[in-house]
Amino acid sequence: MDAVTLSRVQFGFTIGFHILWPAFTIGIASFVAFLSFLWWRTGRPVYGALMRFWIRIFALGFGMGVVTGVVLSYQIGTNWSGFSRAVSNVLGPFFMYEVLTAFFLEAGFIGIVIFGERRVGRGMHFFACLMVALGTLFSASWILAANSWMQTPAGYSIDGEGIFHVTDWWAAVFNPSFPYRFLHMVCASYVTGSFVVAGVSAYHLFRNQHLEASRLSFSMAMWAAFVLVPLQLYLGDAQGRNTLQYQPTKLAAIEGLWDSGSGVAATIIGWPDMSQERNLFEIAIPRAGSLYLTHSWDGYVQGLKAVPADDRPYVPIVFFAFRIMVGVGILLLLLAIAGAIQRWRGRLYTSRWLQLAAMAATPLGFVAVVAGWTVTETGRQPFVVYGHLRTAAAASPVAAGSVLFSLIIFVIVYTVLLLAFFWYGARVAMRGPEAAIEPQPNAVRPGLAQAGPALVGRGSTRPIFATGE
Amino acid sequence: MDLPLIFALVAALSVALYVLADGFDLGVGVLFVLAPRDRDRDIMMQSIAPTWDGNETWLVFGGALLWAIFPIAYYVLLPAFYLPIMAMLFALIFRGVAFEFRFQSGRFRWAWDYAFAGGSVLAVLAQGFVLGGFIGGVPVRDGVFAGGPFSWFTILGLTCGVGLLGGYGLLGAGWLIWRTVGSTQVFGREVGHSAVLLTAGAMLLVSAWTAITTPEVAERWFAWPQIMPLAVLPLTAASVFVLIWRNLWSGHEHRVFGLGILIFLLGFAGLAVSLWPYVVPRHATIWSAASDDSSLRFVGAGVLVVLPIVLAYLGHAYWVFRGKAAGESGDGDRDGANASVASRRSSSLDTSLHLC
Repeated sequence: MDAVTLSRVQFGFTIGFHILWPAFTIGIASFVAFLSFLWWRTGRPVYGALMRFWIRIFALGFGMGVVTGVVLSYQIGTNWSGFSRAVSNVLGPFFMYEVLTAFFLEAGFIGIVIFGERRVGRGMHFFACLMVALGTLFSASWILAANSWMQTPAGYSIDGEGIFHVTDWWAAVFNPSFPYRFLHMVCASYVTGSFVVAGVSAYHLFRNQHLEASRLSFSMAMWAAFVLVPLQLYLGDAQGRNTLQYQPTKLAAIEGLWDSGSGVAATIIGWPDMSQERNLFEIAIPRAGSLYLTHSWDGYVQGLKAVPADDRPYVPIVFFAFRIMVGVGILLLLLAIAGAIQRWRGRLYTSRWLQLAAMAATPLGFVAVVAGWTVTETGRQPFVVYGHLRTAAAASPVAAGSVLFSLIIFVIVYTVLLLAFFWYGARVAMRGPEAAIEPQPNAVRPGLAQAGPALVGRGSTRPIFATGE
Repeated sequence: MDLPLIFALVAALSVALYVLADGFDLGVGVLFVLAPRDRDRDIMMQSIAPTWDGNETWLVFGGALLWAIFPIAYYVLLPAFYLPIMAMLFALIFRGVAFEFRFQSGRFRWAWDYAFAGGSVLAVLAQGFVLGGFIGGVPVRDGVFAGGPFSWFTILGLTCGVGLLGGYGLLGAGWLIWRTVGSTQVFGREVGHSAVLLTAGAMLLVSAWTAITTPEVAERWFAWPQIMPLAVLPLTAASVFVLIWRNLWSGHEHRVFGLGILIFLLGFAGLAVSLWPYVVPRHATIWSAASDDSSLRFVGAGVLVVLPIVLAYLGHAYWVFRGKAAGESGDGDRDGANASVASRRSSSLDTSLHLC
C-alpha cells in the first residue's frame, strides 16, 4: 500500500479510537456536574457518593481522551502536510481556539474535580465540574466547526496555489452543516453517556447492591434516554436533510441511490455494487426514500450517477455504516420506551429483563457514534475539503514504511490501552458507588497531604484482590 | 503593527511555558524508577498528578498555534520529524494513562511504573532529536520536506536529547526538593548532582557544535561588538550552574527549581540568538512563514482575551494544590496518610528497587 492509503487507515483508526472518549466524557462530564450541583444544594450523601463514583470512571476516560487527542493534533501535520498547507489559514485558528477555550479549561479544572473535593468548598467543586463539562462542549463545538467546514466549506476564497483564505470568519465557523452536526454529535454523546450510566446502574441493581444510589442513577439515565433518543432521531433527520442539500453525493451513497429521480424508493438493505452501478439483492420500499428525505411523496433526490465515478465515495462502507447507526438508534429507542413503560407500571427497579437489556446496551452508543462518523467521513471522500481538495493531494511526503511502522504500533498500543481501560474501568464500575471512601474532615493546613488518602483511596484494590493474593 | 513579530513572541512564550511546565513533570517521570522506594514513587506521582494535564496542554497549544500562525513550520517540520514525533506521542500516551491506571492497579503497578518512566524518557529523547534536527536545519525543496525517514537522527540531536534528560531531570529534582519532604526530598537532592553535570555538559557540547558546524551562528556570536553583550548569556549560565550545585543541600527548598528554570530560559535565549529570525532555520523567517493577516488577527483576538484567563485559572489550580506532597515526618494527618498507604501495600515498606 502507498503512504496515502496507509495514512488514511492510520488517521481513520486513531480518530475512530479517539472519538470513543469524547463521546463518553461529554455526556459523563455533564452528568457529574449535575450530580455535583445536587450534592452542593441538597447535601444528600447519595449524590456525593454517586458523584465521586462517576468522577472516578470519568477520570479514566478523560485521560484516554487527552492522550489520544494529542496524537491527532500532530498527525494532521505529520501525515497530511498538503492538507495543513492548504487550509492553515482557516483551520489553524479553529484548532488554536479549541485548545485555548476548551483544553485549557478542562485541564485547569480537572485536577480540582478529581483530587480537590476536600480542598475547595462544594460550591467551588461544582464550579470546577461545570467548567470541565463546558470545556468538553466548547471542544466539541470548535472541532465540529472545523470538521463541518471540511464538509460544507464557506466564507473562503482559493488562490492560484490552492491555498484557502478566509473572507468571512462568521460564515466559516457557522458553516451550513455546523449547527446540525454539533447538535447531532452532542446529543449522541449524551445518549451514549446515558446508556453507560444505565448499564452500570443496572448491573448493581441486578446484583442487588448499592441499591439507593443505583436506583437513583438508573432512574436519571432512563429519563435522559427517554427524552434524548427521540430528540436524537429528530436531529439526525435534520442533518440528513442538510446533507441532501449540501452533499448530495454523500446522501446518495447513504441511500444506495444510483439514479436521480422524483419519488425514489428507500433501500432497506442490499449490496451496492460500484462497478455495475446498481444494488444487488435489494429490498426497497417505493417512494419512501423521497418521503423521509424531502418530507414529500415525490421529492427530487440526486443519485450517484449524477457525478463522475472518480468523485464518488466507496459506497458500501457509507451504506452499511449508516444502517448500523440507524439500527442501533432504533434499538435504543425501543429500550428507552420499554424503560418508560416499566416506570409507568412501577417496575423500573425490579424488572430483571430491563436490567439485562440495559447492561447489554452499554456499548451500543459507542457503536452508533463510530458508525455515524464513518458515514460522514467516508461519505466525504474522495475529497478532504468537500469539492475542492482531494485526499490524495493532502498527504505528506513521508515514506510508506514509516507510516506502516507507526500504524502497526498504533494498533498494538491502542489495543493494550483499550484492554487496560476495560480492566480498570470495569473494576471501578463493579466496585460501585458506596465503596467510595467516606469524606474525611478537611484539615486546617493546605497541602497535598490531604490529597494523599484520596489518591490512595482510588486505588484501594483489596475488595477484589484480597482473595487472590 | 508587526503582527508576525508579536506572534513570534507569543509562540516563544508558549513553547517556553511548555518546556518549563511539562519539563518538571517529565523530569519527575525521568527520575521515577531511580527513586529508591515505592513510597517515594507514590509521592512523586501525587505531587504532579493534579496539574500534569494542564502542563501537557501547552504542547497541544504549541502545535495548534504553529499551524495557525506559522503554517510552514507545521507542515514542513512535522513530516521531517515523523518518527521522533510519533515516538514522542506514543511515549506521552503511556505516560499519561499511567497516571490513571497506576492509581487503580494492584499487581501490575510495576508495569505502569515502567510505562510512566519509560514514556517520560522516550518523550524527552524524542524532543531532543527534534530540537537537534531543528537547530541543524531540515532539507526543504519547493516548500516541502525533502529528506528521508531517518534524516532526523544526528549526533547533535542525541546530544540535545541527553541534555534535555539532564535539564528536565534537574527541574524534576528541583520540584521534589521544593514539594516533598523526607527521603523523597533527599533523593531529589542526591540525583540533582548528576542532573546538573549532565545538563551543563550537554549545553556546552551543543553550543560548541553549533558554533563550529554552522558559520552563520559562529558569525553572530563571535563578531565584534555584539560578542560583549552576548557573552553575558554563557557566563550567566555557568554561574547559575555553580549556584545550583551549591544550593542542592541548602534550606532554601525552592531555589534549585527556580534556578533550573533560569537555566532553561538562558538556553532558550541562546537558541533565539543563534536562529533568529528563522522559523524553519535557513528557509523561512517569521515574516515569510506567517499566515494571512486576517487569520493572525482572528487568532490574536483570542490570545489577547482568553490567554490571560487561562493563565489565571491554571495558576489557581497550582494554588489549590500548593504545599508539600504527603511526606513521612510531620503531623498526625500525614501519619494517617502513611498508615493507610502502608496497610494497603506490602511493598510500600520494603526498599523494592526497580533499578540498581
